[in-house]
Amino acid sequence: MDIFLQQLINGVVLGAIYALVALGYTMVYGILGLINFAHGEVVMIGALVALTVIQLLVGSGIALPGPAIAALGLLVAMPVCMALGYAIERVAYRPLRGAPRLAPLITAIGVSILLQNVAMIVWGRQYHSFPALLPATPHQIGGATLNDLQIFIVLLAAAVMAALLAIVHRTRLGRAMRATAQNPEVAGLMGVNINTVISITFVIGSALAAVAGVMISAYYGVAHYFMGFMLGLKAFTAAVLGGIGNIAGAMLGGLLLGVIESLGAGYIGPLTGGFLGSHYQDVFAFLVLILVLVFRPSGLLGERVAERS
Amino acid sequence: MSRRPALGVILSFAFAFILAACGKEAPPPPAPKAEAPKPPPEITVKIGQASPLTGPQAHLGKDNDNGARLAIEEMNAKGLMIAGAKVKFELMSEDDQADPKTGTIVAQKMVDAKVAGVIGHLNSGTTIPASKIYNDAGIPQVSPSATNPKYTEQGYKGAFRVMANDVQQGKVLGEYAVKTGAKRIAIIDDRTAYGQGLADEFEKAAKAGGANVVGREFTSDKATDFRSILTSVKAKKPDLVFYGGMDGQAGPMAAQMKSLGIKARFLGGDGAQSAEFIKLAGPAAEGVIASSPGLPLDKMPGSKGFTEKFTSKYGPIQIYAPYAYDATMTLIEAMVKADSVVPAKYLPVLAKITRQGVTGPVAFDEKGDLRNSPITLYVVKEGKWDALETVGGEAAASAAAPAPAPDKK
Repeated sequence: MDIFLQQLINGVVLGAIYALVALGYTMVYGILGLINFAHGEVVMIGALVALTVIQLLVGSGIALPGPAIAALGLLVAMPVCMALGYAIERVAYRPLRGAPRLAPLITAIGVSILLQNVAMIVWGRQYHSFPALLPATPHQIGGATLNDLQIFIVLLAAAVMAALLAIVHRTRLGRAMRATAQNPEVAGLMGVNINTVISITFVIGSALAAVAGVMISAYYGVAHYFMGFMLGLKAFTAAVLGGIGNIAGAMLGGLLLGVIESLGAGYIGPLTGGFLGSHYQDVFAFLVLILVLVFRPSGLLGERVAERS
Repeated sequence: MSRRPALGVILSFAFAFILAACGKEAPPPPAPKAEAPKPPPEITVKIGQASPLTGPQAHLGKDNDNGARLAIEEMNAKGLMIAGAKVKFELMSEDDQADPKTGTIVAQKMVDAKVAGVIGHLNSGTTIPASKIYNDAGIPQVSPSATNPKYTEQGYKGAFRVMANDVQQGKVLGEYAVKTGAKRIAIIDDRTAYGQGLADEFEKAAKAGGANVVGREFTSDKATDFRSILTSVKAKKPDLVFYGGMDGQAGPMAAQMKSLGIKARFLGGDGAQSAEFIKLAGPAAEGVIASSPGLPLDKMPGSKGFTEKFTSKYGPIQIYAPYAYDATMTLIEAMVKADSVVPAKYLPVLAKITRQGVTGPVAFDEKGDLRNSPITLYVVKEGKWDALETVGGEAAASAAAPAPAPDKK
C-alpha cells in the first residue's frame, strides 16, 4: 500500500509539472488556435537563464538564503522569457496570422529547433547541475515520502491555474482575450487592440514557462538544452487530454497523465509477468493521446474556454 | 467559427515534428578540400569521426570529437610523409545523435566521402549497425568507447576498439558487488546496446557469485524522472542498485534514490564515471562506485602531457577523449608504418600494431578487442572520483594503494 501511495505521489508531482507547462500551451491555443511548439524551448531558456544568474550569485559569495537566490534567478528569467515570447510572436507568428494554419505551425517547429541550437551554442552541450536551493525536507505519510518541494510544485500549478482563470474571466484584459478568440475582426471593430492582446497572451505564457523551467530544474537538479523537447511533447499531450484551450483541462490532463505514467511504469512489469517492462513509461503518454483523439477528440473538458463563455 | 476540425491536421504535424527532430543534423563540417588525383607534394587524407554532437549525450560526443581533433592537429603539425607525399589529415566529424538509424546514415556519408578510416562511434548502439557499412566498404574503424561485445564478434576484419568490452567490465562489476557483500541486487538499464549489454553481463556475474537479482527495471537514455521505477525498486528492498547507462541519467537517478529514502548502494559502469555525474548527483554522489575500462587518468602513461594539452584547448575531459585521441593516433601510426593511406594496405598493419598510447599499451587481439585491458573501479569521495582498485592489465599489481583522485574535473 505504501508503494502504491508513493507511486501516486510521484504521479501527482510529475503531473503538476506537466500541468505547469501545459497551461502555457493551452492559453495560447485558447486565444489564437495556434499550437506554440516553441513553448517547451521557452521553458528550457527560462531554466538556463535562471541557472546562469544563480551560478553568478553563488559564485559572487553573497550570502542569501536558497529560496531568495532561486527567486532572484526567476526574476531575471521571467523578463527574458517574456521578451523572447513577445519576439517569437512578433517574428514568427504575426506575419502569418492570415496564412493557412499549417504555416504558423511550421514556423513554430522552426523556432523550436532554432532555440534549441542557440541554447546549445550559448550554454554548451553538457548537463548543468541545478543547485538544491529550495528546501526539500522529506515527510513520511503512511510509509511514502513526500518533500516540501513536491508539495510546493503541486500548489504552484494549482495557483497558476487559478490565476489564469481569474485573468481570463474576471479582468478587462481577459474579456478582450475572449473576444479576440471568438472573432478577431469583430473584436477589433469593437475597439480591442488585438495585436496587443495576442502579444500579452504570449508574454504571460512565457512568464509561466520561466516559472515552470525554474521549478522543473530545481526539482530534478538538472538543466540541459534538450530538456524542453520531451517536456513540450508531454505537456502538449496533457493539454490535449484535458481539452486544449481549456485552462482547467490542462491541469486535469497534466495530473491524469502524470498518474497514468507513474502507475503504468510501476505496475506494467508485474501485471504482464515481466513481458513488458518499465521502459514503456513514455508509451503511455502517447497511447493516451491516441485514445483521447479517437474517442473524445475535444478532450475531457471539451470546448475552448473562450467559446464556452 | 470552430477551429477544432483542424486539430487532427495539427496533431499529425506534431508527429511529423517528432520525426523532424529525430532527423535534424548538425551543420555539416566545412567542405573538405578536393583530393588531388596525381602524385602531388601534398595529399589530404580524411579521417571520419562519428559521435552524438547534439542531444543529451552531446557533451560526451564533443569530447570524442575534441580528442580526435587534437591528435590530428598534432600529426599535421609534424608534417608526416607517407608514400613520398606530405600528408595533411582532415577530420570529418559527423553527428550520429546516439541514434542507430542516424548512425548508419552518417556512416554511409563518410564512406561516400572516401574517408581513409573512422574513429567511432561513441555508443555501442550506433557502432554495431554502422560497422557493417564500414566493413562492406573495406574501411577500418576504431571505436574509442563502444563496449558492447557484439561489435567485434561479427567477424569484421576492420573493427577495432581501444577499450575493454562489457563482458570484461560487467564481470568485474558483478564480482565486485558480490565481493563487497551485496545479496539483493536491483538492476536498471537504459535499453541501449551499451546499457542493456552491460547490465546483462553484470547480472550474469552477480548471479554466478550467488547474489539474488530482485528487480530489473528500465528507463531511456533521455529520461530525467526515475521516481516510479525507483519506487518499484524500493519495494524489493535491495542492498545494491546497479545502473547500466550514461551520466546524464545516473546523476539524477542517484539523487532521486536518496530523496526516496533508498539506502542501497549505487553502482555504475563507465558511462556514469564522469565529472558530470558528481555535479548532477550532488550530495547523493558520495560513496557511489563506478568502473571504467583502462587506467585512472593520472596513471595513464601519457596522461600528464595529454591532460594539459587537452584542457588548455577544449576544457575539462569528460570521459573518452583520451581514447578518441589514442584511436586516432593508432590509425595514423598504422598508415605511417604501412606507408600507405589505402585502407586495404594499412589494415593488416593496424591489426598487428603495438604502441604505447596515452591510455596504455594499444594492441588488438584477433577479434579487434584491446589486448590486456585493465578495468578500474572508482568511488566518489568528497566530490571526486577516487581510484579504488584496478583489475587486469599491467597495472593490477599497483591496485592496492588508493591512488590520488584522477583529474577529471
